[in-house]
Amino acid sequence: MKLIFERSVEGRNLTLLPKCDVETAALPEGLARTSALNLPEVGECDISRHYTELAKGAHGVNDGFYPLGSCTMKYNPKVNEQAAALPGFADIHPLQSVETVQGALKSLVLAEELFGEITGMDNVSFQPAAGAHGEFTGIMLIKAYHESRGDSKRTKIIVPDSAHGTNPASANMAGYTIVSIPSNEEGCVDLEKLKAAVGDDTAGLMLTNPNTVGVFDKNILEITKIVHDAGGLNYYDGANLNAVMGVARPGDMGFDVVHLNLHKTFSTPHGGGGPGSGAVGCKSILTPFLPLPRAIRNGDKYELLTKNETSFGRVKEFYGNYLVVIKALTYVLTLGAEGIREAAQIAVLNANYMMNGLKDAYEMAYPGFCMHEFVMTLEGMKKEYGVSAMDVAKSLIDHGIHPPTMYFPLIVHEALMIEPTETESKETLDEAIEALCAIASEAKSNPEAVISAPHTTPISRPDEVGAARNPKLRYEF
Amino acid sequence: MGSYIQSTKAQQQEMLQKIGCKSIEELFSNVPSDVALTRPLNIPEGMSEVEVMQYMQDMADENTVFKTVLRGAGAYRHYIPAIVKSVVTKEEFVTAYTPYQAEMSQGILQSIFEYQTMICSLTGMDVSNASVYDGASAAAEAVAMCRERKRAKAFVSACSNPDVIETIKTYCSGNGMSVELIPEKDGVTDLEALKSMLCDDLACVYIAQPNYYGIFENLEEASEITHSIGAKLIAGCNPIALSIIKTPFEAGADIAVGEGQPLGMPLSFGGPYLGFMAATNAMMRKLPGRIVGETVDHDGRRAYVLTLQAREQHIRREKASSNICSNQAHCALTAAVYMSAMGADGMKEVATQSMSKAHYLKSKLESIGFESVYDKPFFHEFVTTGGKMGAKKALEALEKNGILGGLLLDDDKILWCATEVVTKKEIDKAVAVLEEVGK
Repeated sequence: MKLIFERSVEGRNLTLLPKCDVETAALPEGLARTSALNLPEVGECDISRHYTELAKGAHGVNDGFYPLGSCTMKYNPKVNEQAAALPGFADIHPLQSVETVQGALKSLVLAEELFGEITGMDNVSFQPAAGAHGEFTGIMLIKAYHESRGDSKRTKIIVPDSAHGTNPASANMAGYTIVSIPSNEEGCVDLEKLKAAVGDDTAGLMLTNPNTVGVFDKNILEITKIVHDAGGLNYYDGANLNAVMGVARPGDMGFDVVHLNLHKTFSTPHGGGGPGSGAVGCKSILTPFLPLPRAIRNGDKYELLTKNETSFGRVKEFYGNYLVVIKALTYVLTLGAEGIREAAQIAVLNANYMMNGLKDAYEMAYPGFCMHEFVMTLEGMKKEYGVSAMDVAKSLIDHGIHPPTMYFPLIVHEALMIEPTETESKETLDEAIEALCAIASEAKSNPEAVISAPHTTPISRPDEVGAARNPKLRYEF
Repeated sequence: MGSYIQSTKAQQQEMLQKIGCKSIEELFSNVPSDVALTRPLNIPEGMSEVEVMQYMQDMADENTVFKTVLRGAGAYRHYIPAIVKSVVTKEEFVTAYTPYQAEMSQGILQSIFEYQTMICSLTGMDVSNASVYDGASAAAEAVAMCRERKRAKAFVSACSNPDVIETIKTYCSGNGMSVELIPEKDGVTDLEALKSMLCDDLACVYIAQPNYYGIFENLEEASEITHSIGAKLIAGCNPIALSIIKTPFEAGADIAVGEGQPLGMPLSFGGPYLGFMAATNAMMRKLPGRIVGETVDHDGRRAYVLTLQAREQHIRREKASSNICSNQAHCALTAAVYMSAMGADGMKEVATQSMSKAHYLKSKLESIGFESVYDKPFFHEFVTTGGKMGAKKALEALEKNGILGGLLLDDDKILWCATEVVTKKEIDKAVAVLEEVGK
């Protein structure tokens, strides 16, 4: 594929702007740009074809099955997009007077009520732009809470070794030392290890439940109690909420603060890497510290709370990725209480159905029922046939299926983590099971074919080591 | 009522049977009864598509969309070419995840590589990342990049956007850096004060160009002062202005960041927007977030991959340069399509027309008694007094006439903005409204 710069022809352009209808203002002496501004010189047809070609070289949920574990790649409903594109949402300035954005403030208050109820939290901020941003926000809430009590000795955040990499990174950004605790044989929190780790220096625990191996930690109440008894707070990483929404709530599990990935659980598209929305919900003990501004209801009017003495600050401009919130709100209103619960139930059913269909061909890291996702270990396959998790993943691409998450969680060797989500049909699951079983057979009969996959894509496996060793990060004109 | 589940009840039964399970509830046996929700969620019943669109439309209708916008302050209404909307709604782009699997994501990866190239062109810097959340978090991440073992202090110009200042302060209260404001003098950063503030543990200086008041700063002098003590200069940039003014690289900045919203993104009540970040080669490995690099595939063909991942959270965990994972990729795509559609000449035209309209607006306002607060060269924003009727009343009068006036600052000051989409006629009308009220 040509780069857009390689399509450039000197003098080609689009006619977009009218002639300026006022006198041209001049830049002060010495301030004008002297270096060339290298942008492509292309026509509208060039642009359209260029990006159509790039789109063909992309794979979204719309193109096929996308069982990327931990990422909840469910179908992105189109009505969400239509709602977010309404001029009344898309064309309003963030600094308009509150009287002229009553609908926008109402939507934020409504979303706060709905997501608060789903998570069992008292208040929700939509300012964080993504999951990791939400984690940072949540940990800053915990920090502000301890500081407000003059409790300055709490310098540690406990994170299980099965956690997403963002957890320790977020806690570190908030200035905490990370205490990593090993998981038990079931992939769950080892209660003895947790007891040994907590103390009067514990600021909090970060946990995903169901956890990253797809298991609901049945000791959850004991876990959160151990942390509370030590004076710490409990943080819920909402990456896996899709398994339990409407079934169980983090707020009832003993969590004090939670982040949601609206771009996972609540069906908003991921856009090739973002924008997401990392809404943060908290119990009322943490509400005073939430980032500002916040939309609030006052009688039948809506206002913006812009100042208080206790907020830990702001993590972003304005109110967050607002249009993403509108999409997620549309989704929740569409599904309603029953639909939300049903989504979780079918997500879990689909995962168990796939797990069951694959259990003879692949080794499951944690046999038994799973929640919304499961992890397979290909350690045996690698030892016996030299075929790795990566090879199987790449081979799936030839079947038109996006590979599962690879080599995560770190506690499982040669891991493939599969999350089908509730929006996939039985037929799609059957096809995927068939494809994965075929790959497992091929790994035995003709391992070379799997190791050299994919065979049907525009490129074969790229040289990643070379890319990092000699970084070429832009086109040279 | 609404549902996106495709399997029928009969299929669900069939699936349960295959698993060897009597009911779906059995699959949730790990959820202890004292945790499980025993009642339905207290949220409304679901809606049909027709109902939900009506509901959302009603809510949208409670907002006022202004035809004439003379307000900026961090969010700018520019013209968005039709081709931009057409390209960015392609569902392959919309519904893809982060391009982890290069073989089936070359389209996304190449679009990011092209975006990175354009951001480098615009800023003059060597390397760009694939985006961060917005201009404010980009500034905060840039400050964190400059931290060294013996340098943990950041000076931020008081003439920066308040949201940027607050976000930097938040990030620094997390990572333990201290933040001091460089005072304002006559609408610009007081560089004499900066000189007197210099200290050995200074990590960086952040200055916006143009600044919050729309005024051009002396970035070159700020660079000299900052570098004299071995600290780094971060320039906060307006991407439209960059097409006509000296690049941050030319001015001596080490990192250039900014809010990319003007590059084809609608106002959207504040988001999603785009944080762009570019730096010198020397700082490449400190950049946070995704970066796409060019390489070759197994058969020697050109290919693109996510690269330099040893900086990132999924590898380095708590030692990562940042926690960022998801970014604003789709907004970066939007910016790249916008810049392709505009081209260099179009970008310069947008910048020049915006600046010209703002100058016209200022002269008209001055003619009816709105006094200019700072007498300095400016881009497309400027500050005036509230005129004869006072700032608040002036803005209310405009609002009543369907015009979103400037932003009310403290002390009866208004921060105005004009962009290329505002016509002379609209400006004349706004001024006429104000003149009428002032009588």
